Amino acid sequence: MARKLLLEHINVPGINTFDVYRSKGGYAAVEKALKTMSSDDVVEEVKKSGLRGRGGAGFPTGMKWSFLAKPEGVARYLVCNADESEPGTFKDRYLMTYIPHLLIEGMIVASYALGAKTSYIYVRGEMMPQIRILEKAIAEAKNKGFLGRNILGSGYDLELYVQPGGGAYICGEETALLESLEGKRGNPRIKPPFPAIAGLYGCPTVVNNVESIAAVVPIINEGGEEYAKVGIGRSTGTKLISAGGNVKNPGVYEIDLGLPVEEFLYSEEYCGGIANGKRLKAVVAGGSSVPILPANLFMKTITGEPRLMSYESLAEGGFVSGTMMGSGGFIAFDEDQCIVRNTWNFARFYHHESCGQCSPCREGTGWMEKVLHRLEYGHGKMSDMDLLVDVSKKIEGNTICPLGDAAAWPVASAIRHFRDEFEWHVTNGAEAVTRNYGIAHYADPLPKVEAV
Amino acid sequence: MLRVDNSEAIPVEFSPELVAKFGDIVSRYPEGKQKSALLPILHLVQAEFGWVSAPAMDKVADYLHIQDIEVYEVATFYSMYFMRPQGKYMLEVCRTGPCCLVGAEKIMDHIEQKLGVKEGDVTPDGLFSWRGVECLAACGFGPVLQIGPEYTFYEKLTNESVDQLISDLKAKASN
Repeated sequence: MARKLLLEHINVPGINTFDVYRSKGGYAAVEKALKTMSSDDVVEEVKKSGLRGRGGAGFPTGMKWSFLAKPEGVARYLVCNADESEPGTFKDRYLMTYIPHLLIEGMIVASYALGAKTSYIYVRGEMMPQIRILEKAIAEAKNKGFLGRNILGSGYDLELYVQPGGGAYICGEETALLESLEGKRGNPRIKPPFPAIAGLYGCPTVVNNVESIAAVVPIINEGGEEYAKVGIGRSTGTKLISAGGNVKNPGVYEIDLGLPVEEFLYSEEYCGGIANGKRLKAVVAGGSSVPILPANLFMKTITGEPRLMSYESLAEGGFVSGTMMGSGGFIAFDEDQCIVRNTWNFARFYHHESCGQCSPCREGTGWMEKVLHRLEYGHGKMSDMDLLVDVSKKIEGNTICPLGDAAAWPVASAIRHFRDEFEWHVTNGAEAVTRNYGIAHYADPLPKVEAV
Repeated sequence: MLRVDNSEAIPVEFSPELVAKFGDIVSRYPEGKQKSALLPILHLVQAEFGWVSAPAMDKVADYLHIQDIEVYEVATFYSMYFMRPQGKYMLEVCRTGPCCLVGAEKIMDHIEQKLGVKEGDVTPDGLFSWRGVECLAACGFGPVLQIGPEYTFYEKLTNESVDQLISDLKAKASN
């Protein structure tokens, strides 16, 4: 079994309390950083670790930190993005529920590295129980001298607050999150300026995902180079994967990046295969916005290589035959699931969650939802598939924030890989509302192509 | 679409305890950035009154020294704030993809039948309303629903567990 860097102690009774967390070596990273390292040293370790943003974009965290502007006399902020809303993703909720002090510890170390004196954890509003858990953990840490003025006698001061959102997927986009934290509608900002230059209240700001910040703790404890030894290539370290949909053992798993997808999906240590003895039809590997793949293309790349759970391997083949790591929201579809219905469901989600600022997204997501609705309910036309691809292409890349892309990709990829199922919904409209298309040939092994 | 319902918008008073909580929230932000407190304050207002009425929003605007419209535009943007009165227990069922793969739609049908009201309506006794909401980040434990203002989660729902929940809530309300 792979070593756990984040969830090693998650099953220890009382690990959600300061004392138990501390007894398991908790807050050692704060002591090490504040007593023996300069803030630049901490940034350097994170750079060496190769840690990539765990919220979905996969941008190197250390590099993001090094972009932070540091003008004299201007406050700097660290904001933790705990607005976990990407369908299929529930790892941050898990981490905050069961081991909140790991996030608090990471926040202290990261804030120190960035020179932030006030930091915020922006938690989605629906997670009120987690907000209460975090507020209690913060109070405990403060009581023990790990937050507040002159932490551990180092001269470093930090206040940490939890901010609830109001129920809006868009606030997971970092500039929308900052708008929301300023008490406004969650409309993403035009970049540049990037938050590193002008973020919260116009001050230099870093926004990082919960898991990225938690990963700073093992990186400081063990050193960036040690952390980088875990994983494969540029996918270093471990990743939390939220496994859901029709897997037998849904839940949050910490994997070494580079784990073969077949092992992740079928071994009892992880997903345990598909529930109820059914066959796998399709997988959305990294949250609803990444391209959906049929089973055969998910298990192996187009060149026949076994696919791995890493940023590079999942993306192998580009948009034609690959997908993305995204947020690690792993959704498996069994043979009885309808791709058209699910695509309509996701399109409805993006239409509902579009902030309405950019017309391609505001209008286009609604059009896609309506066209997919008529396809699902047997009133579609053969031209609808091309229409959907056309609309998706006109949204993609034409919006301020990536929600437009996130709405376009699932639709375009579903039609790319499952066009025959969409066509069947048109030709067999009446039948399509009573039964599902089934698995078709999606789960077949790839035909072996011989060079001639 | 009418989003703000003024029909039951009777004037509201904020208790000293509530205002003290507002003050605690405002103290988290730098001087002059008190508008940041808007979302948390609206949650407190909704927890107190069950929804966010126009007079309540006006009072929040006064408290934060911002324009009324700055509160309206925020309250109507975010899906958690109710712009009209709801049942005492608002059952919010996740209707997004992963939960649908494990039967969320059937759970919603069952709730509709059990409560006898359509999505968004309130039962005649004023106890219940229900609606589908987008992903609640509990995809591994679906189908799920949440009930405010504590936002307690109920996971891996079945028709039986929903029936039990509804009867438990009825019993709780009559005590």
